[in-house]
Amino acid sequence: MESSVNAVEMKSITKRFPGVLANDAIDFTLRKGEIHALLGENGAGKSTLMNCLTGLYNAEHGAILINGDVMLFRSPRDAIAHGIGMVHQHFMLVPSQSVTENVLLGLDEPRFRLNLSHYDVKIAAMGKQYGLEIDPQAKIWQLSVGEQQRVEIIKILYRGATILILDEPTAVLAPQEIEELFKTLRVMAAEGKSIIFISHKLDEVMTIADRITVLRKGKVTASDVLVSGTNKAELARLMVGRDVLFELEKEQQTPGEIVLAIENLSAQNDKGLAALRGISLHVRAGEIVGLAGVAGNGQSELAEVITGLRRPTAGNVVVHGQSMVGERAAKVAPARVVRRIIDAGVAHIPEDRTHVGTAPNLSITDNLIMKAYREAPIAQGWAINHQKATETAESLRVSYEILAPTVETPARMLSGGNLQRLILAREISSEPKLMIAMQPTRGLDVGAIESVQRMLLAQRKAGAAILLVSEELNELIALSDRIYVIYEGEIMGEMKEAKTEELGLMMTGSRQVDSEKIDQGQRDNN
Amino acid sequence: MDQSKWLGLAVSTGAVVVALILGGVILFLVGGNPVRTYIFMAKASFGSLGVLSDTLTKATPLILTGLACAIAFRMRLWNIGAEGQFFLGAFGASAVVLTPLLGADTSPWIMLPAMMLAGALAGALWGFIPGYLKARFDVNEIISSLMMNYIAIAWNNFFIFAVWSEGGFQMSPQFPRSAWLPRLTNYSQSAPILQGLTTHMGLIIGLVAAVIIWWIVFRSRWGYEIRLIGDNPRAARYAGINIARNTILVMMLSGALAGLAGMSEISGVVHRLQGSISPGYGFTGIIIAWLAKLNPLIIIPVSILFGALILAGREIQPSGIPTLLQGIILVSLIASDFLLRYKIRFTKRTQEA
Ligand SMILES: Nc1ncnc2c1ncn2[C@@H]1O[C@H](COP(=O)(O)OP(=O)(O)OP(=O)(O)O)[C@@H](O)[C@H]1O
Ligand SMILES: [Mg+2]
Repeated sequence: MESSVNAVEMKSITKRFPGVLANDAIDFTLRKGEIHALLGENGAGKSTLMNCLTGLYNAEHGAILINGDVMLFRSPRDAIAHGIGMVHQHFMLVPSQSVTENVLLGLDEPRFRLNLSHYDVKIAAMGKQYGLEIDPQAKIWQLSVGEQQRVEIIKILYRGATILILDEPTAVLAPQEIEELFKTLRVMAAEGKSIIFISHKLDEVMTIADRITVLRKGKVTASDVLVSGTNKAELARLMVGRDVLFELEKEQQTPGEIVLAIENLSAQNDKGLAALRGISLHVRAGEIVGLAGVAGNGQSELAEVITGLRRPTAGNVVVHGQSMVGERAAKVAPARVVRRIIDAGVAHIPEDRTHVGTAPNLSITDNLIMKAYREAPIAQGWAINHQKATETAESLRVSYEILAPTVETPARMLSGGNLQRLILAREISSEPKLMIAMQPTRGLDVGAIESVQRMLLAQRKAGAAILLVSEELNELIALSDRIYVIYEGEIMGEMKEAKTEELGLMMTGSRQVDSEKIDQGQRDNN
Repeated sequence: MDQSKWLGLAVSTGAVVVALILGGVILFLVGGNPVRTYIFMAKASFGSLGVLSDTLTKATPLILTGLACAIAFRMRLWNIGAEGQFFLGAFGASAVVLTPLLGADTSPWIMLPAMMLAGALAGALWGFIPGYLKARFDVNEIISSLMMNYIAIAWNNFFIFAVWSEGGFQMSPQFPRSAWLPRLTNYSQSAPILQGLTTHMGLIIGLVAAVIIWWIVFRSRWGYEIRLIGDNPRAARYAGINIARNTILVMMLSGALAGLAGMSEISGVVHRLQGSISPGYGFTGIIIAWLAKLNPLIIIPVSILFGALILAGREIQPSGIPTLLQGIILVSLIASDFLLRYKIRFTKRTQEA
C-alpha cells in the first residue's frame, strides 16, 4: 500500500435509467486522505455515481479501482467489506432499537451471546475518538436527525471503512451540528481516511474540501479543482452553466391585512412532551415572515398545527379571520380540518418530502394533482380529467424544470432536488393566500435556490402571506420582512433588521432585550 | 411506470410457467406423463365449446371475488373475508326469493336486480364490520375479516338447516325460474349451437364490474384517493383525504363485489341456497388479485385460467393436480415478488473481516 495510489479511481462510468443517461462516461479520482467535494445541480448524477461505486447500482460500462486494484462490488455489503461506506441522505436505521443494536445490525458479531454492554463501551469510545458523541443505549427514535446521522457514520466506521461517502450530509443539520460534523471529517482525514462529500452549499465546500469535481447533466464539467484556486461564483457557473447572482432584489412594499394569526398556541410532540408553549405570531399579506431556530425547537410542530396535521392542546390558528383549529373545531374529524385549511388557500411545503410530501410509486402527474384533484378543471364530477391532469403536469414539469423523462415516471425515480421541485411546483401553482414553507430550498442546487427564492418573492409581491422556516440564516435574513426566533417552543423575540449574531444568541435561548414590538398587529391580538 | 408494469406482468407470467414446470416434474416423479397430462387438462377446459363454457362459468365468481380483493388491496386493506362476503351475498339474494320478499311470479326484470342488490348489500355489510372496526378502533382487518368468514358460514348453515330447509335436507328449495340468471342454453331454440351451454349472465356482470372498477381506480377522484392512501397514507393525510371514511367505503365496495359473486353463483348455477356453494372462491380471489397485479382488467384472463384449473380438476385423476398447480402458482408468485423486492444474498461467514 504505497501512498501514491489513489483511494478510488472510477473510469468512464456510464449508467442509464429508462429515458435518462444519469452518468455519461464519468472519470473520478479520490486521493488518499483528502476530502473531495462532489458538486452538481439537481439530477446531475452525483448520487447515482456513488451508488455505482458502492455496488447498489451496476454501471453498464467503466471500471472501478480501489487502492489500485480493479474491483466490482455487487452490493453495499460487499463494498463495506472492502472499506467503502456510504451515508445516504435518507437514513436506514431501525427506530425501535438502540444505537448499539443498529450499529451491530447485519454483522456476524456478536456470535452467540448478546453482550451488548461490551459493545456499548466500544461504540461510545469510537464516538469519542471522532467527535461523534452519542449515547449507545438510546433508541433511534429518541435521537435528533443530527444524532441519527452520527449513528450512520459510526456504523460504517465500525465496519472499518477507510473511504467514506456522505451524500448531502449537511442538508439535515443545524449550523452548530455542521461545525461538529466538519471537525469529525477533519479528524478522519488526518487519520488517512478518504472522504467524498456531496453538498449544494458552496460555502461549506469551500470550507471543508480539498479538491472538487463538478458534474453537470451526467458529465464531468470540471475535475481536479483545488479549493485554494477557485471561488463560489466560478463553482456556481461550472455547476449550472450560467452566472448565478447571489443577491436578491427585494422590493419595498407595505404589508396588507393579517392573514395568519396564531394566539397562545400550545401543542405536544410525538412523544407527548410540550413542543409549543403559548406561541403568538402573525403574518400579513404580502409579507415574508421568517421563523429562525435550531431544528427541534417546535418548528415542525408549529407547521403541523397550522396545516391541521396536529391538534393543539390550547390556543388557536386564525386564517383570514376564520378560526381553524381552535376549541370550536376540536370535535371535527382531523381530515376535515386539513381539508378546510387547504380550501382556505393554505399551501404547505412539508419538511419531509419523501414521507409526507409525495407518494413514491405514483406518477409525477398523480403527485402534482394531490391538492388540485378535487376541483375543476382536473376534477370533472366524480371523474378525474386524465388529459387535463397530464397537460397540467406537463406544463408544471417544464416551468419548474423537473428533470424526468415523462410525467408518467414514478416520483421515487426523481433525484432529491427534483422531488423538492415537484412539491414546490404543486404548492406554488395553487396560488396560495398563505404559504407555510418548511426548508423550501433544502437539497436544491444554487441555480434552483435562486429561482425558488425568486418565486417566494413573487408570491410576496402577489400578496401572499409567507411563513418561512429555515435553518439557513442568510436565506432568512435575505428574504424575510420580519423574523421571529423560536426556542424550546417559545418565541424569544421578533426582529425587523436582523443581525446574525443577535439571531444566534436568541436561538440558544436568550430573550430579546428590548421588548418593543416591531409590528402593531401583535398588540392588536394581545 | 411502463417498465415496472411490464416487469409485474412478466413476474406473473413467470410464476405460472414455473408452476407448470414444477407441476410437470412432480407428475413425472409419480410416474405420469406431464405433456400428455397438460394437453389433457387443456382439452378438458378449453377443448370444446361445452367445456369452454364450463370454464367461463367457473371463472365468473372468480372475477368478482378477484375484483373484491384487488380494490381492497389497492388501499393496502388486507380483506381476506371475501369468502364470507360471498356467502352473505348468496344469503342476501336467497332471502329475496325464500323469505319471500318477492313472489315466484315476479318478473325476472325485477327479481334479478332485487337479488343483485340484496346480495351486494349483504356482502357490503359483511365488509363494513371489519372496515368500521379498523377505521374506528384500529382493529387489524386481517383477523376480523377472517373471523367474519366463519360467522358467515355458520349464519348460512342456520338458514339451510332450519329456516329454509327443504324437507330436512341441508338445502333450500329450488328457486323459481324467475330467480335464475339466464344461461346461454336458454337461447338454444333460436341458436342450436348454444344447446347445453351453462355460461350465465353472471359473466356479463363480472365483465362490466371489471370495467367499472378499472375506471374507479384509474380515472375517478375516489380511485385517486384509494391509490394515494395505498401508496403513502401520510401523504394522503397531508392532502386532506379522509382515510377512515375511505377504509369503510372500500371495505364495503369489496364486500359488495364478493356478495355479487355469491348472488351470481346461486342464481346462475346452483339455483338454491346450500352449504357447498364455494370451493374457496373468496380465497382464490386473493391469489387472482395478486397475480393480476391488482389490475381489474387483467383479473379477467387470470380468472379464466383459474376457472380452467378448477374444471380440469374434475376431469383428471388424480384430481389433486390442478389444486397442486394453484398452490405452486401462489408460492412461486410470492417468492418471485419477494425476490424482486428484496435481494437475498447467501454469504459466507466473514471470518477474515
Ligand atoms: N432509480 C432510478 N430510476 C430511474 N431514474 C433514476 C433513478 N435514480 C436516479 N434517476 C435519474 O437519474 C438522474 C440522476 O439522479 P441522481 O439522483 O444521481 O442526481 P443527483 O445529482 O444526486 O441530484 P440531487 O442533487 O437532486 O440529489 C436523474 O435524472 C434521476 O431522475
Ligand atoms: Mg442526490
